[in-house]
Amino acid sequence: MKAFEYAAPRSEEEALELLAPEPGTSEVLAGGTDLLGLMKKMIVTPSRVVSLSRVASLKRIDADSQGMRIGAMVTLDDLLAHPATAKYPALEQALRGFGSLQMQSQGTLGGELCQRPRCWYFRGGHGLLAERGRAVAEGDNRFHAIFDNAGPAKFVSPSRVAPALVALGATLRVIGPEPGDETQMPLELLYRTPKDERQREHDLLPNQVVAQIVLPAADGRRSAAYEVHHGAGGQDDPIVSAAASLTMHGNIVADARIVLGQVAPTPWTSHEAIRAIVGAPVDQRTAEAAGEAAVSVAAPLSHNQFKVQLAKVAVKRALLKAAGLQTGGLA
Amino acid sequence: MSNVEKHAHGKSGFSRRSFLKGSGAAAAATALAGGQGIAGAEEASRVVGPGMSKITLVVNGQSHKVDVEPRMTLLEALRYGAGLTGAKPISGDGSSGGSTVLIDGKPASASALLAMDCEGKKITTSESLAGDKLDPVAGAFVNHDASQCGFCTPGFVVAVKAFLAKNPKATEEEIRAGLNGNLCRCGTYGNIIPAVLDVVKGAGNG
Repeated sequence: MKAFEYAAPRSEEEALELLAPEPGTSEVLAGGTDLLGLMKKMIVTPSRVVSLSRVASLKRIDADSQGMRIGAMVTLDDLLAHPATAKYPALEQALRGFGSLQMQSQGTLGGELCQRPRCWYFRGGHGLLAERGRAVAEGDNRFHAIFDNAGPAKFVSPSRVAPALVALGATLRVIGPEPGDETQMPLELLYRTPKDERQREHDLLPNQVVAQIVLPAADGRRSAAYEVHHGAGGQDDPIVSAAASLTMHGNIVADARIVLGQVAPTPWTSHEAIRAIVGAPVDQRTAEAAGEAAVSVAAPLSHNQFKVQLAKVAVKRALLKAAGLQTGGLA
Repeated sequence: MSNVEKHAHGKSGFSRRSFLKGSGAAAAATALAGGQGIAGAEEASRVVGPGMSKITLVVNGQSHKVDVEPRMTLLEALRYGAGLTGAKPISGDGSSGGSTVLIDGKPASASALLAMDCEGKKITTSESLAGDKLDPVAGAFVNHDASQCGFCTPGFVVAVKAFLAKNPKATEEEIRAGLNGNLCRCGTYGNIIPAVLDVVKGAGNG
């Protein structure tokens, strides 16, 4: 690791004072499960690391009839164990996907949402866009994007929880850049598809921090998350995932949010699938039609055609699972 | 392996750490901080490094004063500062589980934590399982010959302790799923799983 300064602020304000406004100069440290590996490989080389581990306000979970406010430093196991999480099946199921005990108790929700992409060109030191996308387009792109990949960014959003949280209508409380500043924004607006190497995969300034994740009241919405893995799964990231959240009128879908993970540089809301399922009952036929609609706009690269089929099946199964029906697959 | 680990294993026996110890760590640390940092004068009191400073780690109930740079991981501080070599550097990023320790009772990868982040926390390593009476989990590993090269074993044993504390009646399927943060390259799973099942049944040695 490159040598750096360390700061462990006690409050949100102090954390913001310690973060530098210039990109790449300071990094926010949450659980460390991603950032430390990146720093060891010299992919990320900050001059200062600001650890949030001692900011008590970021470790709280508040739940009431209005919903749930989850501090960014809440660990994945503490969130899973919180009684209010059970009201949000998509979130609970996504959290259960983390098999590794160490990841569950060390990883934080904020860190999970802000982790860097797993793209092996990025992790190999070729930059987030890897030669403006050429390395991926001409290279081994089997796990890369099948949507929104026409520009230089062809990596996929790695978060396993973001699709569920976007489907559940989560918003963020973002603090900074100046102490006292704060912004509320829908979670999906955190993410963007970068156009050049100076941009990251999220839209925060270097001295802005995700402080809380806010979920609206569950209000009888039905939801589910579905992950597609290699073989038995294990601790590997899913190849494709999907989350669905539905409001039903009788047995008809009145409103739906369907969000895929690991298929695009951002969590991918499928408006095509949503249009296909709203106004219909959920059954094998309509769920499959929604999956087909979702992939009607897919543009696979040279080696990831297989992900199109997986995305179709993930949407179908997330919908069936949300409706309480048999998915036909594992879990 | 990180640079610090390479230094510590240097064939010459000369390491930056021993140099700093020998030349007065405080003076050297101050010089480094002044030269490389981005801290202004008003921030200096809230920011440490990039040079060495002394921190106290509470490991297995004992306080250890260790000299660390901010970039040193807890694993490096344990192995080269506190002399506790139970937790192992395998993957370097936590994906192997080889460096598993307990932080305030919960499992974590010491290689994916900064030592400075662990000041004031209760750290438990595999060394705590030895002593006059062998820990039941370690005993079951012995009974089942559940290690081959043995490099992953300390991390596994600590992870099993943490897993069983939360899931004392785990089934084989739950054990397999719950331990998938630990990898064994020899593939000793066929002996590890029965060892853990023995502990669940209360048949562990000790």
